[in-house]
Amino acid sequence: MTDATHVDGNALGGLLMEVFGREMTDAHGCCASCGTVNPLGAMRVYRSAGDVMRCPTCDNVTIVMVVIRERTRLHVAGVRWIEPVA
Amino acid sequence: MAGTAVLRRLTWAIAEVEDRTDETPRVRSLTFEVPGWPGHLPGQHLDVRLTAEDGYQAQRSYSIATPADGSRVTITVERLDDGEVSPYLTDVLVIGDRVELRGPIGGYFVWEPGRGGPLLLIAGGSGIAPLMAMLRARVRAGSDVPVRMLLSWRSGEDVIYADELNAIAGDATGVEITHTFTRSAPDGWMGRTGRLDREALASLAWTPSERPLAYVCGPTGLVEAVASALVELGHDPARVLTERFGPTGG
Amino acid sequence: MSFISRGFQRRQAPTAASDRVPPGQYVTRDFPVLSAGATPRIGLDEWRLELVGEVDQPRRWSWQEFTALPAEDVTVDIHCVTKWSKLDTPWKGVSLDTLLDGVETSAGFVVAHSYGGYTTNLPLDDLTGGKAWVAYRYDGEPLAPEHGGPARLLVPHLYFWKSAKWLRAVELRTDDAPGFWEGYGYHNYGDPWQEQRYSGD
Repeated sequence: MTDATHVDGNALGGLLMEVFGREMTDAHGCCASCGTVNPLGAMRVYRSAGDVMRCPTCDNVTIVMVVIRERTRLHVAGVRWIEPVA
Repeated sequence: MAGTAVLRRLTWAIAEVEDRTDETPRVRSLTFEVPGWPGHLPGQHLDVRLTAEDGYQAQRSYSIATPADGSRVTITVERLDDGEVSPYLTDVLVIGDRVELRGPIGGYFVWEPGRGGPLLLIAGGSGIAPLMAMLRARVRAGSDVPVRMLLSWRSGEDVIYADELNAIAGDATGVEITHTFTRSAPDGWMGRTGRLDREALASLAWTPSERPLAYVCGPTGLVEAVASALVELGHDPARVLTERFGPTGG
Repeated sequence: MSFISRGFQRRQAPTAASDRVPPGQYVTRDFPVLSAGATPRIGLDEWRLELVGEVDQPRRWSWQEFTALPAEDVTVDIHCVTKWSKLDTPWKGVSLDTLLDGVETSAGFVVAHSYGGYTTNLPLDDLTGGKAWVAYRYDGEPLAPEHGGPARLLVPHLYFWKSAKWLRAVELRTDDAPGFWEGYGYHNYGDPWQEQRYSGD
């Protein structure tokens, strides 16, 4: 599959910082679908009506960020865990 | 590690434009004086927010092109014809103007000499900006981490930081810089043309057994192709870091 | 009050509301490509369109069978929830009325399924009566993959996230089931004329 419509998790660095209150692009996330661990900054991000992060290994949706009426909501059902660096 | 591990709220600061440099006909570097800037690591970016009189806001991210320098930060912006923010930054802002920005942001696509190498820096067009921060940091620190920098440009007039890159390649030991042109080469160019495909990378990059740390930045298509090729050549995917900024930056 | 950037203006001003432009939208000449995932590449040999679920008999069309069905040229305005509207877009497609012709169902709802996993839901009434098509040509050319080709759902009277790209199956249901964006806080119905962007609007 080729496409040029995605960016890296880095692009969400500011939004993630707003939600978590700290740098999160180097935090690790464990994909709930395949179990692979990747830094959030390494996930593929598709930006449209919301920001859809996908596991770089299995392509499943890990995190979805939606800004609705100026409130940012993070949907995290696609990760088993997130671990920020110390 | 300063700048990433510190817990702090990300707030908007009002920065002042201190300097403007024309890099190419379409690319401008802007230096801001940012009160309270906590410093940053090479590879990090900042967010710029513009607000119109009617309250409309637009926000974009730009890589910081310089290593930490007190409260000064420099970004290098390519003007996109149909962009909303980039033409404002390149054409409207003058020295003394003020702009809202926040940062530094990013903990993943980051390098400093302590991380070692050898370092493989690959960029397409204005994707060079964060890699330039890394290269400038390496030179300033007098580090001996070996660097191979591979730069893909459309044409000769698109080369950003040309003089500085030539100077670094000439003066610094252990830094090799290779340019390639994909559309039209400068007059008299005897070097490489064509894309950074698998074959080009096999001949120009470090070998997988040398275990380089690779940073690839640029339009999504280029980054995708280069990162996949590096992995296919045998490089450890965990040591191939990417910063894609999409087909348009805005 | 937020700091004002000297000399900054928005590039696309909202177009004055009219009978063609819903509230809060701006008209664009571009055709932005927005997706929740990678563009699937489906070969026409393997492509199938299925009608499944609460139907007397599931149906399935191959590309040849589908493109042999009576199709219409339609020119419609489309409205994306990200605020752009594009007027007079020219498509060719098979009406859902044609696809559903002769189908017996007690279903009131539909979930559209895309190759790649995307879904969206609508009432069956919003697909029938000349309101929706499965489009496979745009502006005189085969529908490009980044715009949903080989074939996509086209439901112009609702926000464009309801016009599922890379359509694979139309599932009829007796109960409603929220699709991808609906599950992430977007409006279940999505009428641009009532500015139903988000759940609760």
